[in-house]
Amino acid sequence: MWIFPFALRKQGFLGMNRRNVDYVSRYNSRSRYPLVDNKLKTKLLAEKFSLSMPRLRGVIRYQYETAAFADLVENLDGFAIKPAKGTGGKGILVIKGRSGDRFVKSSGRTIGIEEIKRHLSNILAGLYSLAGTPDVAIIEDLIRPVEMFEQLSYTGVPDIRIIVFKGYPVMAMMRLSTRASDGKANLHKGAVGVGLDIATGRCLHAVQYSRRVTRHPDTDLALDALAVPDWQNLLVLAARSFELTRLGYIGADLVVDKNRGPFLLELNARPGLSIQIANGTGLLPRLEKIEQLDPDLIPEAEKRVAFAMGAFCSGNF
Amino acid sequence: MKSRSAFYLVILALIIAGLGFAWLRHTDLNIPLKPDRERPVWLIEARIDFYAAQEPIRVSLDLPGNPPGYRQVSEKAASTGYGFSIVERPGGRRAVWTRRSARGGQTLYYKVQMIADADAGHERVSKEKPEPKTIYWSGLQSTAAHQLVEEAHEKSSTPASFARELAKQLTAPKPDQNASLLLSEYDLPTLLMRLLNQAGIPARVSMGLELQDARRYQPLKPILEIFDRDQWVPVDPETGAHGLPENMLLWHRGGKSLLDVSGGSSSEIHFSMIRQTMPAMDLARLQLDAGGLSRLSLYSLPIEEQSVFKLLLLLPVGALIVTFMRIIIGVRTSGTFMPVLIALSFLQTELVQGLSAFILIVTLGLMLRGYLSRLNLLMVARISTLIVLVIFLTSMISLLGYELGFNLGLTITFFPMIIIAWTIERMSILWEEEGSREVFIQGLGSLCVAILSYMCMQNEIVRHLTFNFPEIHLVLLAFILLMGQYTGYKLTELKRFGVMRGSR
Repeated sequence: MWIFPFALRKQGFLGMNRRNVDYVSRYNSRSRYPLVDNKLKTKLLAEKFSLSMPRLRGVIRYQYETAAFADLVENLDGFAIKPAKGTGGKGILVIKGRSGDRFVKSSGRTIGIEEIKRHLSNILAGLYSLAGTPDVAIIEDLIRPVEMFEQLSYTGVPDIRIIVFKGYPVMAMMRLSTRASDGKANLHKGAVGVGLDIATGRCLHAVQYSRRVTRHPDTDLALDALAVPDWQNLLVLAARSFELTRLGYIGADLVVDKNRGPFLLELNARPGLSIQIANGTGLLPRLEKIEQLDPDLIPEAEKRVAFAMGAFCSGNF
Repeated sequence: MKSRSAFYLVILALIIAGLGFAWLRHTDLNIPLKPDRERPVWLIEARIDFYAAQEPIRVSLDLPGNPPGYRQVSEKAASTGYGFSIVERPGGRRAVWTRRSARGGQTLYYKVQMIADADAGHERVSKEKPEPKTIYWSGLQSTAAHQLVEEAHEKSSTPASFARELAKQLTAPKPDQNASLLLSEYDLPTLLMRLLNQAGIPARVSMGLELQDARRYQPLKPILEIFDRDQWVPVDPETGAHGLPENMLLWHRGGKSLLDVSGGSSSEIHFSMIRQTMPAMDLARLQLDAGGLSRLSLYSLPIEEQSVFKLLLLLPVGALIVTFMRIIIGVRTSGTFMPVLIALSFLQTELVQGLSAFILIVTLGLMLRGYLSRLNLLMVARISTLIVLVIFLTSMISLLGYELGFNLGLTITFFPMIIIAWTIERMSILWEEEGSREVFIQGLGSLCVAILSYMCMQNEIVRHLTFNFPEIHLVLLAFILLMGQYTGYKLTELKRFGVMRGSR
């Protein structure tokens, strides 16, 4: 099914060209991209700005450090190993517990320490990094998702993508992996995108493969009951990533931990456009509204969130 | 917005400048806007290389003069430090370069422009019939030659039919003993020449140049000529038919040697040629006045460079198409400009052959790459391995194609190997990360863009305009810049967001 360009424009949909010319290249300074492309840099900076991210337990930079890995995680029950420059969730190994000498992966399978060391070597060699450049491995705390989310998602932790424009959260969605998407949270692979009301954090509209759905295809739970707890704090956390990166147009990926509340997972300087389909509405009117604000006056994050919650509630847009 | 209007002003200036210069070139220099209105003019460049040994140098080159089927429009010699003159003798025209002393590698150029003209170059009728040359054979060859001549003599009545019969014997799929004995010693034109002379028919071997557009480092080819009805007539040694093959220029006819070099060693001669489409009259004028716009034309470059530019100047067209397809249409391709490079190699092969060869190599490469990914190699090593494998595959396919009699094999060598290796690498990673569907989409997108660019670059008018009116590229540049500022939807986005139809 095709749509006329003027009809799409009328609904305020942002296209790829316009995103690149009018937003990404205008508001994002190239020199600051490494801050978001390298998770370790994001993490260290986030610590400085006291933004909550999953706690860093260790960094493996060189091959010889993998030998001491067992000591590093001695006191940890669960942890996640990530490549610092990985994209699209590649190379992430999640260990949720131990069984004797072995480690239990999120899928339930157990692996030995040797297998983990091999995975670390692969990360260091750049197997998962963009363009294959050498990388470092980050070890961080495991996230324990809120129970409601855990039931909803096929596997893994559902994350929340928020578009933050000039420090204002303008649109949000939750991505639920499905069997079709192979546990990945990419919408074009068949993950479910749930548009969230900026004012309340409740489900507005949900899609899979661009088609509207009301229930999760695997778990069959109703999606309209979905509501993100601690919504306002989560928005504030996302909004503060603007101070961190000084990138004007970013996508912030967040999760909610059962015990410790919202966490910032990673940032993206070229966020995708499918969030519009998940919300069933275009980004442009919201972006234009933010652009009309006085550019010299940047209020603090809490005020920006309050403004956004008032301006972008489902009734208005 | 101020910067915005400045931008559009620049665009406008580019378009006006491009079209204006093109128009000036058209009106002032009479370069036609369409390619087919003119007859082809061949610009042929002979390049002589030799080593000088600090002695007086004299280089003498036989010139075509007035070859059958072609008329000379202009000639020019370029060689700094040398005296140059053209000597007309009854035996033919010769170009002579002289110098007191030089050392090291020397390069001399002689350029001539020829226009095809069926009426031109009929040789003046010779007063006297030339005597056939006396031919000497070694013992065994002598008998073989005798028998061959006898046989052909039996079956023929005129010099022409005699030549035809001889040719038939020598080019038979299974030549008899006599023929194969002689063929092992001499090449076909020379052998025919010797046999004809032995039979009392004056014959000689001349040297001809096969004219093909944008060729470099071409050698001369031997051409047989026999004396029939008061003039020398070229004969095709394969069939014995009279007349020259198409696009064959007789450069060196009979007489003395092709090239004499005294005071130098290791002399070599190569020919480059290019087909131009310009009115012959204005061509002559261009050679005369070297000022104004003609200075800005590419014709003043050596032909070798001109051939390179002919191809280079097509690249912006490909770039424009890629820009359009990606920004306006939204086609996903693997590697931004890979399709243009592929299209460029399609120009050298043919579309169908090139396409099948390309798909074959990439498919085989992907299979091999599947194994490589299990080895966990580092990226640079992985791609280097792929390059080696791709070259290996190419030679295998060439060999196989050659054995089976397909033309496919030889054309494969035009593909940019490194680009292909990268394409395979990218597609393979795509396969692992996004699945086969995405590989299929991007592969198809790349091929579509490549075919489209190929069709544009293949177009006669496009080729004519880009080479003869280089300023047209300013207009292309303006369009590319303009598209760089396009913020509307891509065509594919209208489908992607198509679900929004009818809502609100």
